[in-house]
Amino acid sequence: MSAAAALAWQGVRGACLALPVLAAAVLAGAMIGETPLAPDLVLAVLANKLAGAGLPVDPVDQGIIWSYRLPRALVAAACGAALAVSGVVLQALLRNALADPYILGISAGASTGAVAVTIAGLGGGALSLSFGAFNGALLAFGFVAILARAAGAGSSRAAAAQIILAGIAGSQLFNALTAFIIAKSANADQARGIMFWLMGNLSGVRWPDVWLAVPLALAGWLICRFHARALDAFTFGSDSAAALGIPVRRVQVVLIFATALTTAVMVSIVGSIGFVGLVIPHAARFLVGPGHRRLMPAAALIGAVFLIAADIVSRVIIPGQVLPIGVVTALIGAPSFAVILVRGQRAAR
Amino acid sequence: MKIEARNLSFSVRGKCLLEDVSLTVQPGESLALVGPNGSGKSTLMRLLCGLVKPVQGDVLLAEQPLARLTRRQAAQRIAIVEQQADTAERITVRSVVELGRIPWLSALSPWSSEDTQLVDDALRTVEMEGFAQREWATLSGGERQRLHIARALAQRPGLLLLDEPTNHLDIHHQLSILNCIRNLKVTTVVALHDLNQALTCDRVAVLSQGRLVALGAPDKALAPETVNDIFGIKARWVQDADGGAPFLSFQLA
Repeated sequence: MSAAAALAWQGVRGACLALPVLAAAVLAGAMIGETPLAPDLVLAVLANKLAGAGLPVDPVDQGIIWSYRLPRALVAAACGAALAVSGVVLQALLRNALADPYILGISAGASTGAVAVTIAGLGGGALSLSFGAFNGALLAFGFVAILARAAGAGSSRAAAAQIILAGIAGSQLFNALTAFIIAKSANADQARGIMFWLMGNLSGVRWPDVWLAVPLALAGWLICRFHARALDAFTFGSDSAAALGIPVRRVQVVLIFATALTTAVMVSIVGSIGFVGLVIPHAARFLVGPGHRRLMPAAALIGAVFLIAADIVSRVIIPGQVLPIGVVTALIGAPSFAVILVRGQRAAR
Repeated sequence: MKIEARNLSFSVRGKCLLEDVSLTVQPGESLALVGPNGSGKSTLMRLLCGLVKPVQGDVLLAEQPLARLTRRQAAQRIAIVEQQADTAERITVRSVVELGRIPWLSALSPWSSEDTQLVDDALRTVEMEGFAQREWATLSGGERQRLHIARALAQRPGLLLLDEPTNHLDIHHQLSILNCIRNLKVTTVVALHDLNQALTCDRVAVLSQGRLVALGAPDKALAPETVNDIFGIKARWVQDADGGAPFLSFQLA
């Protein structure tokens, strides 16, 4: 078998394993909710919409499935996968087990952008919350990147620590700006609304969001997957990576920008869902080991399924009320993470 | 693979760490670098493998400027074992050695049975083939050091740079690593603290305060007068009663 064929085969095999699991999760996302719907109903709606089958389906059910639950499940999958893979990449690149996609100030910047538009009235009502959040995220990331560059000029050895410190400084600054805007001009309702958005919210998700989130998650995935071996080379630090032939600075810039951009878009669509980008990489590492060629697909799949599941739970756990998904991810994530940590320790002994 | 340093100088934040160092290592030769702490041994190593760029001067690898090679091309020719490279990842012994194959792998030349063979060979060379599935965290300092050397060997370099490879090793493994290095068919530059170990290399370069103060055959470069001068001790040759090569004995001055 030629090398290219072997590579293609590897990809096909991976997809064959992952796609059924993903499809099942999306199907569950479309079925479960305040109105439970049967799987054949979901399939009938899909047949109608995608193949024009013209099967008889109650238009209300069809609306729920097609306009609300499917885009929601798909965006949850894209977002979960993107956050988890970003977490894997940043943890490897910065050699820090606590790194997550928000370490570059993105979540803090997004919230500043969101409150600047919704509460401070930036743009006079012409701008959407997502637009504000996305630009706030980019602004904060820009600040962090410039600060890290100014502080860590030259040596790649210190770069990881400088990026983390710059990220902390940036996050603090933008969180303070957010708090300032809320304290200055928000009423109680607005403050509560922003808090809900900050903890993650998939209720507003529609098809246009799918067309943004899914291709972006795939593009981010391809860029990161392409660098899997380079990330392995960072196991013993950036000097060691350089000695193994990795163009360290270029890889750092490409991957940090790729993860920052995907995270910024995801945050602007669904708010800053915590925990996924931090914990899923560790869970995946526990299951398949630290090699990135297996770790990244595993993290992407677990992240996607986990976020779909968390969204389902957030919709059904309190009847008549939707819980912010960030609350669910943390409530499920923290104890499962504790179990993984303890069992991981035992296995190492 | 021949390596040549031409008038290398390096400084960080105005502090000069290495000044005007020139030396050549012939293909297959082993050169020991000795000198007090902070004399510039590690800096010279990092310059020789291109991890840092000299402020002045050039490094020539097989007559070609090292600066013209890409990182990947350089890593296919030079391997370095640095001090204190550690990780928190739960990586197995075998995976660490497999890292050494990275410079040779790409999307179109994926892992092959030849790579597996090279990894096996490298593990055998450092006597760690029985450890393949152990995790990094469970290894002793000496085992980690041997593993780094195995990783470097798996790179199949023409030039091997070792920064104090015998640190943390017990005497058996010190001797076996040095023996293994001597038997390699590659050019080696090895920084050593034990001057008697340096005597076993083909040539010795002595660094002091960033300058090259002696370079030549071990018994010439490590003449007691030189050693006394740069380390501030009293050294003398001692004849081996059993007829082996003479060695150095040290006292505080």
